[in-house]
Amino acid sequence: MLSHDLREHLSQSEALVVGGSAGAVEALNQLLPEVAEATRIPVIVVVHLPPNRTSLLPEIFVARCRAPVREPEDKQPLSAGIWFAPSNYHLLLETDRSFAFSTDLPVNFSRPSIDVLFECAADVFGERLSCVVLTGANDDGAHGASVVRQKGGLVIVQDPNSAEAKQMPSAAISRANPQIIAPLPEIAELVRLATRAAQ
Amino acid sequence: MSEEIEIRQLLDAIYLRYHYDFRSYSAASIKRRLLAAKAQMKAETLPALQERVLRDPQLFTRLLQFLTVGVSDMFRDPSFFRVLREQIVPELRTYPSIRVWIAGCSTGEELYSFAIVLREEGLLDRTTLYATDINPEALHKAEQGLYPLDRLQAFTENHQLSGSQCSLSEYYTAAYGSAAFDRSLRKNVVFSDHSLATDSVFAEVQLVSCRNVLIYFDRSLQDRALGLMKDSLCRRGFLGLGSKESLLFSEHSGAFRDFVASERWFQRC
Repeated sequence: MLSHDLREHLSQSEALVVGGSAGAVEALNQLLPEVAEATRIPVIVVVHLPPNRTSLLPEIFVARCRAPVREPEDKQPLSAGIWFAPSNYHLLLETDRSFAFSTDLPVNFSRPSIDVLFECAADVFGERLSCVVLTGANDDGAHGASVVRQKGGLVIVQDPNSAEAKQMPSAAISRANPQIIAPLPEIAELVRLATRAAQ
Repeated sequence: MSEEIEIRQLLDAIYLRYHYDFRSYSAASIKRRLLAAKAQMKAETLPALQERVLRDPQLFTRLLQFLTVGVSDMFRDPSFFRVLREQIVPELRTYPSIRVWIAGCSTGEELYSFAIVLREEGLLDRTTLYATDINPEALHKAEQGLYPLDRLQAFTENHQLSGSQCSLSEYYTAAYGSAAFDRSLRKNVVFSDHSLATDSVFAEVQLVSCRNVLIYFDRSLQDRALGLMKDSLCRRGFLGLGSKESLLFSEHSGAFRDFVASERWFQRC
């Protein structure tokens, strides 16, 4: 049962950032269709991808989601909807709430890196941010989630026992002290709560 | 918040002392780069870093490596080079002499990719390539054309996907863990220090490639840089940008039309 405070925290978030690696596409399959059609906030997703291949994720998910699914352009203003990080760039956010990119070195062997997005998002949104760390086989996202937590945001981590690859959620749990650790069906409910229009 | 003030002060100080202007760079990435520099250069705080860098030009040279060097592969986004080869080269062929500007060439991967396509299409001998960057160390590396051998596998795959009939190994010799690219590729290259933030137009060209440089700029500096490219290009000249860069948010969008929009090739009106 979700406490009143956490429920409030979720419904006052102005963005939801999500990261995952091995097994993440299947996990997102359970989460992203729950994003409300007229979602209140942007949902920004980093999945580790092989470089030099165009990401197929927007194409895959556009058919499965009710909310609009896009890949951002450089300096594009954030708006409500689902956004996927493209392959071979880090995805960053500017304080004027626009997307930015870099081709700096991979972080945690990853570009895009979940840490990079989460740290920027924490800078921009502070406590009005929720993040989700999903299944994955490296430690990316753990540091980013800890920064989100330090700045007062809400950290949600997939229960490692329900994850295809435990390392990423386990690392996030040990580094970020998440408020919520839950299996996917419960996280799906949280996604619904976070994105639906204010009552 | 105080971190933002420290960053602004540091960038102001660098500008006043060394005339490098990072004040209109994308705040999100400059912050990451400065914090990485702070950690690697073992400074306790950004003001401490500022004090050391202002006193010691050699430390500034070190900091510059953090602030400027993006990492690129040869033939990054092979489909971009396929369009160059198949759709732009035929137009370039109609000019008796060709001038190409690689703006923000960094350590030269993009430059050699262009030189190789132009060689393969028989145009390199009548082309002048201007390779510019603000970082002298990066330019020096570009001029050397030495790359670690472990990067060559990715370069080779990209080169094949770009539509080449040749093997990339024809253009380099391997020695001591490095691939040394053929010096004839840079026979017609002019390497030059040039800043998109503070310098002006220096030549009329038929093609500008500036990929994954504008992403590091804020919108005002993007407009300045795109203005230079616009003013450098002849009518019907080509502009190639990185795969996430566009003219959508620029005041110069009216000066260009899409050539192959999906590959970020634009043509000067």
